[in-house]
Amino acid sequence: MTGETLYPRLEPLLAQIQKPIQYVGGELNSQVKPWDDAAVHWALMYPDAYEVGLPNQGLMILYEVLNERPDALAERTYAVWPDLAALMRENGVPQFTVDGHRSVRDFDLLGVSFATELGYTNLLEALDLAGVPLHGVDRDETHPVVVAGGHAAFNPEPVSDFVDCAVLGDGEQVVGDITDVVKAWKEQGRPGGRVELLARLARVDGVYVPRFYAFSYGPDGAIAAVTRTRDDVPARVGKRTVMDLDEWPYPKTPLVPLAESVHERMSVEIFRGCTRGCRFCQAGMITRPVRERTITGIGSMVDQGLKATGYEEVGLLSLSSADHSEIGSLAKELADRYEGTNTSLSLPSTRVDAFNVTLANELSRNGRRSGLTFAPEGGSERIRRVINKTVSKEDLVRTVTTAYANGWRQVKLYFMCGLPTETDEDVLEIAELAVEVIRAGREASGQKDVRCTVSIGGFVPKPHTPFQWAGQASAETIDSRLKLLRQAINSDRRIGRSIGLRYHDGKPGVIEGLLSRGDRRVGRVIERVWREGGKFDGWSEHFSYDRWTAAAAEELAPYGVDLDWFTTRERTEHEILPWDHLDSGLDKEWLWEDWQEALSEEEVADCRWTPCYDCGVCPTMGTEIQIGPTGRSLLPLTVV
Amino acid sequence: MARQPDGPPPPPTVQKLRIRYAKRGRLRFASHRDLARTLERALRRAQVPMAFSAGFSPHPKISYLGAAPTGAASEAEYVEIGLSVRCDPEAVRAALDAALPQDVAVVDCVEAQEGTGSLADRIDTSVWRVELPGVAPGELRSAVEAFLAREVVTVAKRTKNGLRDIDARAPVTSAFAAEEGGCAILHVVVRQGTPAVRPDDVLAALAAVADLRPPLPPRAVREAQGRLDDTGTVADPLGPDRAASTRCQGEHATI
Ligand code: SF4
Repeated sequence: MTGETLYPRLEPLLAQIQKPIQYVGGELNSQVKPWDDAAVHWALMYPDAYEVGLPNQGLMILYEVLNERPDALAERTYAVWPDLAALMRENGVPQFTVDGHRSVRDFDLLGVSFATELGYTNLLEALDLAGVPLHGVDRDETHPVVVAGGHAAFNPEPVSDFVDCAVLGDGEQVVGDITDVVKAWKEQGRPGGRVELLARLARVDGVYVPRFYAFSYGPDGAIAAVTRTRDDVPARVGKRTVMDLDEWPYPKTPLVPLAESVHERMSVEIFRGCTRGCRFCQAGMITRPVRERTITGIGSMVDQGLKATGYEEVGLLSLSSADHSEIGSLAKELADRYEGTNTSLSLPSTRVDAFNVTLANELSRNGRRSGLTFAPEGGSERIRRVINKTVSKEDLVRTVTTAYANGWRQVKLYFMCGLPTETDEDVLEIAELAVEVIRAGREASGQKDVRCTVSIGGFVPKPHTPFQWAGQASAETIDSRLKLLRQAINSDRRIGRSIGLRYHDGKPGVIEGLLSRGDRRVGRVIERVWREGGKFDGWSEHFSYDRWTAAAAEELAPYGVDLDWFTTRERTEHEILPWDHLDSGLDKEWLWEDWQEALSEEEVADCRWTPCYDCGVCPTMGTEIQIGPTGRSLLPLTVV
Repeated sequence: MARQPDGPPPPPTVQKLRIRYAKRGRLRFASHRDLARTLERALRRAQVPMAFSAGFSPHPKISYLGAAPTGAASEAEYVEIGLSVRCDPEAVRAALDAALPQDVAVVDCVEAQEGTGSLADRIDTSVWRVELPGVAPGELRSAVEAFLAREVVTVAKRTKNGLRDIDARAPVTSAFAAEEGGCAILHVVVRQGTPAVRPDDVLAALAAVADLRPPLPPRAVREAQGRLDDTGTVADPLGPDRAASTRCQGEHATI
């Protein structure tokens, strides 16, 4: 029987594994609808461990939006750790949802949200455990339609053999459109089988069906052409954009896990999109324009969410939260409202130029004072001009020092290594900066115990950004610069002991680079790696660089390309990129100009406060910037 | 000198409540930490006026007593909470029960009475019931007899510091085999100590003395905790508070 619970078969396995709680479901605000009440069944997957996937906002939003429809049902599934996967294979238990413990194979659709490309092998593992053929072409009309979403879906070519569709942009509305199409096709008796269903889906705005597009390659290995194989599908697929976020106040009742997760707080997205124009930032580029939720819309989401969850911290999420046009009054009025309740507010990180002590104090007025995080991203002023995140060294030191002087003891600074045009000197300036911050901080606070944590990530060039043409720094380059940096920080022990350095080696970034800017030929590498046991590539204890490089060498050789070709090679202006037929709204010529300006260290301003500089998004997508201030304020909550 | 946040110190604890709760069904797979987090959030949703510690990281005043292991269900877990406003214990029980997931039930809630001593002092023993699907009741009976006949049964236990040999026999004050609907059931009463001997360890001991190897994972439920008296019964740890409270009734705010 389809939709039947597998729990009785799963339960004996749970007694034999680590952290069984992550597989039992029953989270606060989760739901299990009767199978037969729904016409369309969605399994929603976050292709990483439960503790990472559960707090994911995108998945939570779609789960709720879909379940609000009487004709749809949505349940969640996550990557299964190897200990349980082995027992499932031994006992014939398939990939299941944590809500109803139903087999993923029974659902009409499997939606997978890719925040990062390192989840690809976990998709293959889940398909295999589910008993769904790995390749889309081998599936029939009884198998779920595999739909990829999330930022990585803006270049789905590396996984185009394994997914049936990719959805570009905001998911709130498009999941409804897809549901309608599947429902109608089922009600009509599945005419034309799976191919007809996919053709219908390909005509939904924002849905890309890779199998209807053919790639050819030139003698130099580059793409020669991407052509449609049917003329009833669009030549280019554009992204979806939700306007008026106040009309989409999801999640209304956020999920609260019993198990520990990476975010022990509820989150409210205060705006979507970012036009600061940081050139490395794919999220900022593909989510334009800026659309703010109003202060009153945010206020009611916070209120409803806290009542529904019992969390004691609210994260005010966005790509750059201190930029909300009413962030000051928002923080103050929320702090007033929750006075005496031990409810604290937090921002993911603060731009150095947007930080002020009043704001920071308001955020922590009623609760725990968490550490402060700034993300200068680049070590030197020069490289910060290249990435268009300009802030002077003096301003940076002054801001951090102000935080220390006002009672903060712990400040986190995020940087990237391997940025275009970067030299050893740019990276070594991170050490100078950290030393100066500690010196000035000790002086300003009169305390010896101020600390600064420097976190460094390797830069990976991403599609739909001005850096999409850049040659990625090799793992050796990254590792040698990080080594120099570590030596520089440790050279003065009296200061160095107040500085923590966190980083990963450069290897995972190279594979992420292959998967980010790869094309269809990379699919064979992913499959090979999974067949050889690769999964959980985002976890250092599972990631194997050697397995990836060996698979890449063998699987790419027949095409005359290799790992370096996809990663460290700089692209030329007119090369056809694997995502050119996917439209994020950004004008390719504008991106190229911005890339050239990066190389000559020129900055661009934010179009919220200066005239539009024609990135292309608003006219192409028919959207516009939506920002305040609204001038409204939060009413005190009436106590019942 | 330790830095203190600006503003007045948090309101003091004016009442302590002692709570017995159960974890059942799927939530037997919850760990002690999972339950602690869940309980804290449920207290907030139920708007129980918790007392908080002072400092930059205020914590609600909650003290937990030894928790049943992950994978074991329990009908008798205990926790003590401090309130900043006096409340009716039964109202707190009902509100908290409603705010917790279905598989966690608040069974009992009483006000801690002055002079009755600490809750921890009233708990030294656990009463377990272990279902052994697939084990023949007769086989379990003879295994239990063999176990009880021994003075010492050494088993390897995984502790924080790696594998360690412990005696699983001495803390067991009684054990017997029963049968329900064809399923063998082990009833065992174990004194708490360090390292704790738990149903898993007793089963490892049965494997060691009688080669009893359940084909399916056993299901353990802690049925009661308390102080073992000379007659071999385990006393209700909330009894002394209940007895004292019938003598002095305070006035209560409602929540
Ligand atoms: S089109 Fe103009 S206004 Fe719209 S996001 Fe691009 S630069 Fe900003």
